[in-house]
Amino acid sequence: MPFDPSNLLQLISPAVGETLYMVIVSTLLAYVIGLPLGVILVVTSPGHILPNPWVERILGTLINILRSAPFIILLVAFIPFTRILVGTSIGTTAAIVPLVISAAPFVARVVESSLKEVPYGVIEAALSMGASPLQIIQKVLLPEAKASLILGVTITTISVIGYTAMAGAVGGGGLGDLAIQYGYNRFRTDIMIVTVVILVVIVQGLQSLGTTLARKISH
Amino acid sequence: MIQIKKLVKTYSSRQGTVTAINDVSLHIPQGAIYGIIGLSGAGKSTLVRCLNLLERPTSGQIIISGQDLTKLSGKALRQARQSIGMIFQHFYLLQSRTVAENIAFPLEIAGLPKKDIKVRVEELLHLVGLEDKALAYPSQLSGGQKQRVGIARALATKPQVLLCDEATSALDPQTTLSILNLLRDINQNLGLTIVMITHEMKVIKEVCTDVAVIHEARIVEYGPVESVFIQPQSEIGKEFISTVFPSELPAELLREFATHHDSEIIRIQFLGSRASDPIITDLLRTCDVRANILYGSIDHLRSTLFGTLTLELQGTPEQLEAAHQYLASRELKVEVIQGAI
Repeated sequence: MPFDPSNLLQLISPAVGETLYMVIVSTLLAYVIGLPLGVILVVTSPGHILPNPWVERILGTLINILRSAPFIILLVAFIPFTRILVGTSIGTTAAIVPLVISAAPFVARVVESSLKEVPYGVIEAALSMGASPLQIIQKVLLPEAKASLILGVTITTISVIGYTAMAGAVGGGGLGDLAIQYGYNRFRTDIMIVTVVILVVIVQGLQSLGTTLARKISH
Repeated sequence: MIQIKKLVKTYSSRQGTVTAINDVSLHIPQGAIYGIIGLSGAGKSTLVRCLNLLERPTSGQIIISGQDLTKLSGKALRQARQSIGMIFQHFYLLQSRTVAENIAFPLEIAGLPKKDIKVRVEELLHLVGLEDKALAYPSQLSGGQKQRVGIARALATKPQVLLCDEATSALDPQTTLSILNLLRDINQNLGLTIVMITHEMKVIKEVCTDVAVIHEARIVEYGPVESVFIQPQSEIGKEFISTVFPSELPAELLREFATHHDSEIIRIQFLGSRASDPIITDLLRTCDVRANILYGSIDHLRSTLFGTLTLELQGTPEQLEAAHQYLASRELKVEVIQGAI
């Protein structure tokens, strides 16, 4: 098949839009759920400000179960749930549901490891001043871990980009879908190459952005 | 001011129970700079952390300004903690905040209006001499400056008590002195009661009014610094004091002197104005003994002079006896290291 730039652009641009839509919305929602979970994991751990072995253990196990299921399985397993939630199990918006379910526990762990980098002495200093647990979370844990949290967002977003490629399996669209349908199934090597290049550029851009931001923020 | 009553803190682990504090009772008077000295692992850090309930005691009471802290929890405890400042060996400043914002932190916690916080932060920056560092981040400061920020932060809510957990142990000797001087000024000007945990006798010698020696989870002796320094009761207390006032004579020297007839080795300790009296001249004149000076030092305990002198006295038993009587009449503490033969 001859190289046709106009046709290429027509195919690529909506796919880029779909990918960005899925990545941004699912990363955002994953943080809405995962950030509080990560905070809970840390503060309920033994010797922290609100130690609670039961909460920590149950939440930890739940997260581990969700994280051990391969994304492609989650994608299929949650089809009925997706249908209830968004009315359909096919399409870009529908793909966001399994993406969030898969990314949220990942976010919880990433946030947990960032927050654990905050030296406990700093938290104790805040305790000695009479800070409440909520004040410690808001004024100590999260701000002190900011640089590390930003790097975590970068890692998460890049992982989600990888997952969206599989969303094609439920008609989710996006660059991954395009690469399979045109690049692979219809032997459009040009499309394959362009999608890969675009993905590389997005990932590279995100990573440098994250690294620069984190460096700027840390003192 | 601070009453510690029958304090016990035990930790249970799989290996069994460890007692970090074993039945400690102590009274820390208002306005004191109370040093608590011990070797690492003696339990001193646990003790100070019990004072603001960072560690909850297993049993016993902590009474500060008439309030039993061990009965408090939740909001009431947080409220009480605002009147107890604390500084740490490793400072524990918030890296994401500037110096001014770090000092503002406890005031935010206490819920002060922004306008008042700004005024108070200015005062505190001035108090610790860091006006020009208000906008710097902790990573840009030296150790001494970090501890100054720590002190300003601890004093922000105008506490009555300041707890210092090895506050100078991470600092060089010069900086240690400047921080100790700052603490002494604060103690004098603000009437703050200071509790200092340390393993360095030097710190006690510089600023403390009282000292307690903690060893293997117990207080083995305590009292005003002068009396503990002059007459330490416990072995560990003696060891600590010898780190700042070395007094041991070399063994070979003692063996050599042991062969001298009609001679003994004594150590005299002076305190305050007596350190500046011409005691030796008077001693030699009145008792007709001969003296051989083996070792002498003069130093200060806080602002009091503190001297020690080790002599070999030579003379007949009668003359030596007269010398002892003379020294006793001058109210000097005399210790016979090696008696006459």
